[in-house]
Amino acid sequence: MKKLFLLICLGFSVTLLKAQSPKYNSAMKDQIGKLDGAFQAGNFPELANNFERIGNAEKSQWLPYYYAAYCQVMTALLEQDKSRVDPIADKADSLITKAETIAGANSETNVIRSMIASAHMMVDPQQRWMQYGQASAGYIEKAKSQDSTNPRPVYLEGQAKFFTPEQFGGGKAVAAPVLEKALAMFDGFKPASDLHPVWGKSSTQYFLSQCK
Amino acid sequence: MRAFLLLIAIVITGAIFGQTSISGRLVDNRGRAVRGASISIKDSYDGATSDSLGNYRFQTSEKGTQTLQVTSIGYQALERTINIEGQALHLDLHLREAPDELKAVIVTAGSFEAADSKRTTVLNSIDIVTTASANGDVTGAIRTLPGTQQIGEKEGLFVRGGSGEEARVFIDGTLVNNFFYSSVPDIAQRGRFSPFLFKGTIFSSGGYSALYGQALSGALILESIDMPDRSAANLGISSVGLSGGYQHLNAAKTFSWGGNYAYTNLVPYFELFKQRVDYFKVPDFHYADANFRLKTSKTGMLKFYGTVQTNRLGLKTPDIDSASLQNAFSLSNYNIYGNLSWREKLGNDWRLYIGSSFSTNKDLIENMLQDENGEKVTIPSMPYIIKSYNGDIRGSLAQVKSVLERKLGALSAIRAGGEYLYFRDDLRFNDTIAKNTIVDDHFKAAFAEADIYLSNNLAAKLGTRLEHSSLLNRANIVPRVSLAYKLGDKSQASFAYGIFYQKPERNQLIINNNLDYTKATHYILNFQRLQPTTTFRVEAFYKKYDDLVKLSPGINNNGNGYAKGVEFFWRDKKTFKGVDYWLSYSFLDTKRDYLNYPHSLQPNFAANHTASLVVKKFIQKWKTQVNGSYSFATGRPYYNIRYNGNESKYQLYDEGETISYNNLGVSLNYLPSIGKPNARIFTVWVLSVTNVLNQTQIYNYNYSYNGAIKQPVRPPANQFFFLGCFISFGTDRTEDIINSNL
Repeated sequence: MKKLFLLICLGFSVTLLKAQSPKYNSAMKDQIGKLDGAFQAGNFPELANNFERIGNAEKSQWLPYYYAAYCQVMTALLEQDKSRVDPIADKADSLITKAETIAGANSETNVIRSMIASAHMMVDPQQRWMQYGQASAGYIEKAKSQDSTNPRPVYLEGQAKFFTPEQFGGGKAVAAPVLEKALAMFDGFKPASDLHPVWGKSSTQYFLSQCK
Repeated sequence: MRAFLLLIAIVITGAIFGQTSISGRLVDNRGRAVRGASISIKDSYDGATSDSLGNYRFQTSEKGTQTLQVTSIGYQALERTINIEGQALHLDLHLREAPDELKAVIVTAGSFEAADSKRTTVLNSIDIVTTASANGDVTGAIRTLPGTQQIGEKEGLFVRGGSGEEARVFIDGTLVNNFFYSSVPDIAQRGRFSPFLFKGTIFSSGGYSALYGQALSGALILESIDMPDRSAANLGISSVGLSGGYQHLNAAKTFSWGGNYAYTNLVPYFELFKQRVDYFKVPDFHYADANFRLKTSKTGMLKFYGTVQTNRLGLKTPDIDSASLQNAFSLSNYNIYGNLSWREKLGNDWRLYIGSSFSTNKDLIENMLQDENGEKVTIPSMPYIIKSYNGDIRGSLAQVKSVLERKLGALSAIRAGGEYLYFRDDLRFNDTIAKNTIVDDHFKAAFAEADIYLSNNLAAKLGTRLEHSSLLNRANIVPRVSLAYKLGDKSQASFAYGIFYQKPERNQLIINNNLDYTKATHYILNFQRLQPTTTFRVEAFYKKYDDLVKLSPGINNNGNGYAKGVEFFWRDKKTFKGVDYWLSYSFLDTKRDYLNYPHSLQPNFAANHTASLVVKKFIQKWKTQVNGSYSFATGRPYYNIRYNGNESKYQLYDEGETISYNNLGVSLNYLPSIGKPNARIFTVWVLSVTNVLNQTQIYNYNYSYNGAIKQPVRPPANQFFFLGCFISFGTDRTEDIINSNL
């Protein structure tokens, strides 16, 4: 009887565990599906909260926190009121730290860290370039070295060149080949699972079109 | 067993079929909607984000007793236990603002801060070095802020009707005794310290903290830089001299050391640009410094900075009392300064700061009456007898200061500490007015201060300071109070009140060391609207002077005075694309009865109206920053005050007002290396010109002994041109930069 009880319990737990996975998968897919339209819909803050809830409930998955950080840093980069940017970027930082605590720092988390540094820099570029500009570039290099097939750091590098004035070693002519390289990498990029990050291709195409 | 299965079944069925609606509205403590907040059932996927009106709504399949969590950036997290039993729940919740250093109100009455913090400040440290009229002098940029006078005949900051002696400079918390080069008659001297040594500047034109004392009018509080970014060597060549230096940073970025040397010689410059003054010894300066910075722990930092400096000059001016005589003034100065400080966090809540400094200054001065042939002339009668002197003036200061701070909550703090200053002045005049005096003062102070935040919107700073001077053998205790209230998102009002004491000057104490402290009482009301791209400030003040030193009858403390005024400051980085400008205006009404004044007079260092416009624009195409500044001041009064022997008192024989002061300054900073990735060499070219319009500047008038002749006091040359090239050779540490940031 006791054995049977244990067996049933075990059976249930396995079922429950298994049952959770589809729920997680479908919830994540649902939210990831909304990312493409977030730029137009302006709902990055809402998506950030959605991902963070999943992360808080799951506790052992890094991707929800990763996406939450991504949505927060996008919010920071799109924020018009400069005085609000730092706290939002700090929030993104705390989320990516949670992701890294679970899965360790990797190429994708360093991409987010580079974006967070850029968000801080944009508040006052003249003053903060020395600190955050170099940090942002440093994370891009780190992300490239951790995964040479990841197109996102290359895209960010191209984007940074795009926004840097020609006199400072940037400009469209310098950005174009980097963005082209990123685009080629996007075409060949295979995410580790259908929940892993794939974003960035359409933005790369957009910036490339602006270079011409 | 059956019950267990049943329970599982119920839970699962409930999870599938029961959906409960939860909705409500989130507001903050002022009743304003909180948008973008995250509302969730703890440990579930269920939740929502509040909309722009603060409303939220979501469905949950959870049942029973659950925890509702609300989080939002800038607010304290909120948890509520709720019971979900199938009926829709409506929950309106109040969020409390999180204590936030960046958003919290700051006491700003009386002070301008320049720092590179995340908090928006009125100025940043680059502003100090790129102000056109500043010429690389720390106080030059400060003179474009409200509350300061445009004084060209004497060094120092003349703040709100105060004399230059009434504003003191502090580096890393400790008093600097000879911040400016030693005085030369009628020519203002520069500060000794490069603005690149400092990362933070607080200029207080009144009502400053209890941590500082012995300044009746203002305090300039400088914070030295921490660890450099990388190892680098630098070289500079300019129209006035040469400089070079090296900074080394270890790989772990825990220790750095370095040194600099600069030699300034004005011979070539004075050959090219004629001076009104006849220099028989053209000024030259040697400057050497050494520094180290050591991280004593993750949060601790030990810093040392020391300099050895020497300079010489000699100049001749026609004697005002005689057509055939000249005054030959010469000065040799030797100065040593050292500052060692340590700060550390002790646990989460305590901070300790210990600072010490030592300085010694020696001036060999001589004034000689000479005839047309440059031969020494001695005339043993007034006024000539006092024009021949020869002095060896030495002053030393050793001090320690410590401050212990305890954080209370997120924003509030109390701090207390003490300081001990040992002054020794040794004056030897070995000519006709022979004197050899040694004056020692053991000066002690204890202070305590509390920053009390009642909320993000209301703060009070309460402080007190107790001082004792062994020389005066008197103690004083003073209150310092300031309050700040946030009126809106970006606006705040503050008020400050304080009493400030200062010892009489060294030369007055030599005559009579039974003098008492001089005293000032400040009342300041300030409104500030600080946005990322614009700043507006208005400040009104009233200052009352008591116990000022008077020279007659007998040196005494019977002087008094007042100063009141209104000041405006406007900075705008938005209206003109790429252009950053600020405008300051000060109105000052002040009178004082002190020194030899026969009665209450507007002092000759106070103009009623002063205004400055500073403009900066970076032109990307040329990689050049263009800076301009215009300063204006209405004329200042001047007096001929002489001692009337018959009535045994000082008397005003003549008075007038100088012409108004105008100065347009322009500087260009050309940065050819900017933007080059991983540049090993970084070059900056600087060109600056003062008084571009070549306007006549008259600071004051000197009178002959009998009052029959008056002569304007003018700068040694109308204009000053500076051209320099500064090169920094960074050792290529790109890898280090990448790694250190990861």
